Amino acid sequence: MNVNVPPGTIPNATPAMEWPEGALTRIPYWIYQSPEIAALEQQRLFEGPVWNYLCLEAEVQKPGDYRTTFIGHMPVVVARDFDDEIYAFENRCAHRGALIALDSGGHARDFTCVYHAWNYDLKGNLKAVAFEDGVGGKGGMGKTFCRSDHGPRKLRIATFCGLVFGSLSDDVPPIEEYLGEEVAAKIKRVLHKPVIVTGRFTQMLPNNWKLYFENVKDTYHASLLHTFFTTFRINRLSQRGGMVVSPDGGSHASFSFVDKQNKENDYAAMGIRSENEDFALKDPSLLDNADEFGDGCHMQILTVFPNMVLQQIQNALAVRQVLPKAQTQTALNWTTIGFADDTPEMTTRRLRQNNLAGPAGYVSMEDGAVGGFVQRGVAAAAGERAVVEMGGSGTAAEGTRATEASVRGFWKCYRGHMGI
Amino acid sequence: MAGAITLERILALQAAYIRCIDNNALESWPEFFLDPCLYIVTTAENHKNGFEAGIIYADTKGMLIDRIAALRNANVYEKQSYRHILGLPHILRNGGDEAESETPFMVVRIMHDGRNDIFATGLYLDTCRAVGSELKFSKRVVVCDSSRVDTLMALPL
Repeated sequence: MNVNVPPGTIPNATPAMEWPEGALTRIPYWIYQSPEIAALEQQRLFEGPVWNYLCLEAEVQKPGDYRTTFIGHMPVVVARDFDDEIYAFENRCAHRGALIALDSGGHARDFTCVYHAWNYDLKGNLKAVAFEDGVGGKGGMGKTFCRSDHGPRKLRIATFCGLVFGSLSDDVPPIEEYLGEEVAAKIKRVLHKPVIVTGRFTQMLPNNWKLYFENVKDTYHASLLHTFFTTFRINRLSQRGGMVVSPDGGSHASFSFVDKQNKENDYAAMGIRSENEDFALKDPSLLDNADEFGDGCHMQILTVFPNMVLQQIQNALAVRQVLPKAQTQTALNWTTIGFADDTPEMTTRRLRQNNLAGPAGYVSMEDGAVGGFVQRGVAAAAGERAVVEMGGSGTAAEGTRATEASVRGFWKCYRGHMGI
Repeated sequence: MAGAITLERILALQAAYIRCIDNNALESWPEFFLDPCLYIVTTAENHKNGFEAGIIYADTKGMLIDRIAALRNANVYEKQSYRHILGLPHILRNGGDEAESETPFMVVRIMHDGRNDIFATGLYLDTCRAVGSELKFSKRVVVCDSSRVDTLMALPL
């Protein structure tokens, strides 16, 4: 068919950025593609009334310890000052905007920007300006210049169970209220004593950050995409389990309990590739689970809106930080953890079970790629939309993992912040 | 009687190892290790900090066999292959029947659509032992220079 387009017009060049009908059960693909959305997210979401996960208290344990991280795209320094409090501030010199701290972390008494040597304390206060009074009576800062008028933006800090969160908003609720009682209890359940870091890895995901955050909330995919677990009957939908969702919809915890008596063959009946009776581990010590929390729950995956995941897969514990890097690139920062009082046996168990998660994780490696499959799949589909109707259209927690309730919860929360 | 370990034998071991992975003969990969053994893929930063967790961690040959079984039967990833390019092994210690060495590597990952990127560079920190006429790894710590992994790590390094 020949279509004659009048010179100077390009009909339907960009689809209108309006949320399609269908409320929470439809997700338009432009939301993963548009640079305008990325800019809005920085302003309204990451710098808005949310608690961004920054690091672990264990990573800034002693006065002078610091880590550098991000909220959205904003570089941030997190430091413990000599008053033993944790502070965080934008990693941007008040002078010309250069990074104040260059390393990923370390120990410092203060920070000096390398560009013109402006100096900051561990709270982010500007303490000294090189040649402030000039040299030999010449130059120097103007008489009206006041150091305390200048400095990087400071974050509010909240700590909860050894997790350090930061916010640029004065309106964000206290952390426990933000998490909601149920999600807070699920964090406490795991992080109930001092943790130690056992490793840090960054997985670069070829997709928009939201596709990963949704993926973590998506209990529907777990046993279908990740066939390692289902092969060993560790993550069957017939297991006892459930989910809790925070009041704002943004945070969640899904969990399951081993039910060794259950012989239902729901996968076999459906002919899904998850069933593989012949597959047996040569070294089953990988699955040698210790019920360390004493409640029989062998797996709990928890999100804190907008950028944190707390993982308990058997005894493999990790915190994951989700950071947008570009519209189609996300940094997933894994911090594997144990407890300070772990026995050598427990340490070995965790090291082995860490094979389950991470960039090469038996039950997580697919998540590194599947967001990219969506991003590539929707390349020309900005005007189309995803269908998210499993378990109806609500966001309330359900006693099943065959639901997309927490994915819809994410969008409810996200759209509330974004005003779209 | 196992002969003494020589640089030539270490070279042959390294060459056979990367040939095995790059030729997709992964079922033979565990045969390069003793049992028990230690195979860890980690990063320079973690190694420097003494962090023990690995991207991949196996302390028995069975775990290596399971890794390949999972890749063949359970895990989902796009078709890909590696091309390992090795530097020269530097022998740190040679006790005759056991030797420690470090060997630099570069791995290009070739995706099914033709894309090829440098996937990893780093050092193999090895302890190998002579078993009969063969050399096998009792320990291979793969220290990647970068802390970043692109997309996922399916095949072993």
